[in-house]
Amino acid sequence: MSPTAAKAALRLHHLRKTYRDVVAVDGLDLEVRPAECFGLLGPNGAGKTTTIEICEGLTAPDAGEVEVLGLRWDRDASALRQRLGIQLQETQLSEKLTVLETVRLFRSFFRQGPYAPEVIALVQLEEKSQSRVGSLSGGQKQRLALACALVGRPDFLFLDEPTTGLDPQARRQLWELIEQFKLAGRTILLTTHYMDEAERLCDRVAIMDHGKAIALGTPRELIKSVCADHLVEFSAGTRARPLDLAALAAIDGIRDVRPENGSVRMQVTELHRAVPALLEELGRQAIPLTELRTHSATLEDVFVTLTGRHLRDE
Amino acid sequence: MNSNHPLAQLTLVRFREFIREPEALFWVFIFPILLAAGLGIAFRNRPAEVLQIAAVTPELAAPLSTEKLLDVRQLSLGDAEAALRNGKVALVAEPGPGGAVVYRFDDTNPEGRTARMLADRALQRAAGRVDPLLSSDRLMREPGSRYIDFFIPGLLGMNLMGSAMWGIGFSIVDARRKKLIKRLVATPMSRQYYLLSFLLSRLVLLVLEVGVVLGFGALVFQVPVRGSLAGLALLCVLSSLSFCALGLLLASRVQTIEAASGLMNAVMMPMWICSGVFFSAQRFPAAMQPLIKALPLTAVIDALRAMMLQGSSLPQLAPQVAILCGWLVVSFVLALKLFRWR
Repeated sequence: MSPTAAKAALRLHHLRKTYRDVVAVDGLDLEVRPAECFGLLGPNGAGKTTTIEICEGLTAPDAGEVEVLGLRWDRDASALRQRLGIQLQETQLSEKLTVLETVRLFRSFFRQGPYAPEVIALVQLEEKSQSRVGSLSGGQKQRLALACALVGRPDFLFLDEPTTGLDPQARRQLWELIEQFKLAGRTILLTTHYMDEAERLCDRVAIMDHGKAIALGTPRELIKSVCADHLVEFSAGTRARPLDLAALAAIDGIRDVRPENGSVRMQVTELHRAVPALLEELGRQAIPLTELRTHSATLEDVFVTLTGRHLRDE
Repeated sequence: MNSNHPLAQLTLVRFREFIREPEALFWVFIFPILLAAGLGIAFRNRPAEVLQIAAVTPELAAPLSTEKLLDVRQLSLGDAEAALRNGKVALVAEPGPGGAVVYRFDDTNPEGRTARMLADRALQRAAGRVDPLLSSDRLMREPGSRYIDFFIPGLLGMNLMGSAMWGIGFSIVDARRKKLIKRLVATPMSRQYYLLSFLLSRLVLLVLEVGVVLGFGALVFQVPVRGSLAGLALLCVLSSLSFCALGLLLASRVQTIEAASGLMNAVMMPMWICSGVFFSAQRFPAAMQPLIKALPLTAVIDALRAMMLQGSSLPQLAPQVAILCGWLVVSFVLALKLFRWR
């Protein structure tokens, strides 16, 4: 075993899982370092949930190796369970129990950890302590689920799409809680299809598609490696008078010009040179500009550049 | 046991979920009482009724009036026929040729047949018949032989089956549907504790359920319990465990509430009909009897009736106990093999 492998909080080696004829995870290799927040980013069906459930010991892989905190599911399952905090994507906790009763139940399974009221305070649900789970809002339910994952003071926290379906305010609240946990020096593996979530929370991300990691690195590295600094999207021309894209691609500092849903998308290194050049070229072709947008490159653009699809395309 | 022990917490959760479900409380506690009360009243034993009959001549009316159980009216032949036709009288006595007597009545009506026997006896005795054999009556109206006495053990058995199978099956399928089982399995929770918490909560609720039905039967209808209470308690625990195992088996793989309901009803319905809850299982053809006897509910109800009404002891009920143990072991082993923890 190499020294880095021994130090890794999570190590996946040639992981493979097939459901009937669908390959969910296709030879995945991954390493999560201790005290790191690692994000699995990808569209629905990319294999994120299958991967995280294999790491959680809930699904057995068809082939490959899994090592969590230096332990293995086939040998050390009960020791491992004590050290993990897990939040699943679709769990509905019992609606007839109160928040406190639910947290006490989960706390009772762990040998050590904070008292139930402390965990409830941690996720800011003190006022709802005596309320039935059925009466909580979506964000409150998600924070309760997080509390249930934190009751054993875990060394490693697994979060499967923690903010899916929440309103923006509830998402920000949950992000703050996850950041607190990060500050405490614990390891986190989370899946998400929100690039802003991954950019804000994750130290490193793996972008998954069709069961494979197609890119790996810090959000900044990924953006740098795949995209230029800025993206320009504009609409011009009609079916009758199409724009000559080849002329655009020939301009210095503009690359990866591609038509997309009636508009055009391209990467540029320097906005202040590229935009005047674009306008000049349009003037030369005598085609009016109907829309122009620019933004700094994001993980979404990395995904689009790598796959030609958007993250939230079904 | 410490209340922070996982088994204590899991069992508490079972109670909380049950108590906070008003419908479950109704079906387990109120419904059996309403059913027992309704059937007990409908099938209560009435004192022997006086039957209305008509005589066409005073010569017939006078001797008939000596029978206390007959209320004799003297009517013209036309009126008497009309009264018989519309059910006001059960029988008409009219003179026949040669001093004979003719009875008109509907032989498919039990009241008509009874009236025929009473009227004939009164007239024969008045005419001088002496019974060659001396006979006397001793009346038996004590608890133990009425319909309610037959029904309460049946109701108890039905209740034991329903609450155990629904209580376990529904909770487990609901937890699986909500991915709650999967979430619990992702913690260090012991799977044995999870299943054990269902049994523990069931055994505590069992005391209440059995108490309610037996207490109601004893207080309102004086239904007897002639066997030992300890034996009865053991029998109830064994029955409940067998049905719990069966419920666990039915719930071991099912993913939706609809499928679970269908499966439960398909298993319980034949037993409601065949196992002698409302009427004796002996009414079914002899060829079906071995099959019916092997059903767990038949074994439970037969044993409960023997224990409550005839005072049988548990060793005397070995065949029924053996059937229940068989169901318990086979269902439980199969359930553990098939159970899907996600």
